[in-house]
Amino acid sequence: MYVIVAGGGKVGKSVTRSLVDMGHEVTLVEQRRDRYTQLEEDFGHVAMIGDATEIGVLERAGIARPPDLVLAVTGDDEDNLVISQIAREGYGVEKVVARVNDPRNQQHFDLLGITQTICATSGILGLVEHEVPEHGLIRLLELRREGLEVVEVQVEPDSPSAGKMIGELDLPDGSRLISVMRDGRALVAVGSTVLTPGDQLLAILQPGKEDELRKVLIRA
Amino acid sequence: MLNALVIGCGRVGSSIALQLHQEGWDVTVVDENEDALSRLGENWPGAFIVGHGMDAQLLREAGIEEADAVVVATDGDNTNIVIGQVVQKRYGIECVVVRVLDPLRADFYAKRGMRTVCPTQTAVSVMTDAVRACDIRPLEPTGAA
Repeated sequence: MYVIVAGGGKVGKSVTRSLVDMGHEVTLVEQRRDRYTQLEEDFGHVAMIGDATEIGVLERAGIARPPDLVLAVTGDDEDNLVISQIAREGYGVEKVVARVNDPRNQQHFDLLGITQTICATSGILGLVEHEVPEHGLIRLLELRREGLEVVEVQVEPDSPSAGKMIGELDLPDGSRLISVMRDGRALVAVGSTVLTPGDQLLAILQPGKEDELRKVLIRA
Repeated sequence: MLNALVIGCGRVGSSIALQLHQEGWDVTVVDENEDALSRLGENWPGAFIVGHGMDAQLLREAGIEEADAVVVATDGDNTNIVIGQVVQKRYGIECVVVRVLDPLRADFYAKRGMRTVCPTQTAVSVMTDAVRACDIRPLEPTGAA
């Protein structure tokens, strides 16, 4: 596989090392001279100096082949967006993954159609949420483009849903229970399943319905 | 009154803001640096908001939803390109004019429906014409036998 990695900071450098070790062909583009010098010592001709948002630099890196994968992992979100757009729209690169440094910029990537993104901050916040659930609802997976998310909810003894059949619950439109985890085993959630305290529920829902779902399941 | 939003208040952005104001527009200016306000003169009658043009909340405060035209002229090409697309797509504003210094990127995004203006390209053309206008002819035209 041929991969262009844009940005030779900690992320770009580590990813490049792994890809090279796996036997892939990689070009790593870094614009800062001091960083480039170090990268060249580590990676030899894999490292290239230049601003990866410049079309001429990308062409020297082989964007026209085109590569199987472009990783836009600089520390600048605008740069990552532009690199992704040039790769996808200008050169037909099929797989582009962009790093989002500031989670507030995620919406811009979504709007501009750069759907494969990685945001370390959001990832860490997700883990924090999992350890310290806020309001009893844990977000496990976000399918942003599809407008769905998967959440986990635990039924407590005082929850309004405890002792009720799933079929009796007035679940909000655009939400559905998938499974019930009880005593370490997962049951498929059907209308006749009776919920008991301690049950961990997996639900799929449209973003924005969290409060409604929470009210029905765990808080009156 | 027509509303214009100018993002980036350097030499270019501030001059455009002043010009549009003179022509009767209601102008709001956004810049990261509050000192940039001084570029608008002593009695700037329009709004001036400190912040980054990528910030969605700031754009709303600056009245993006009512803007008839947006000028994006910060000192970063990629920042301008991203802000330009965001205001065009999220808020459906048709008149979005974006400064891009790199001619290749200006051309790339112009082909995708963005009104890019490339001062570098303009300078190349105008300065080359200015040299030609000096009316000096090479003694031996290049390539002549």
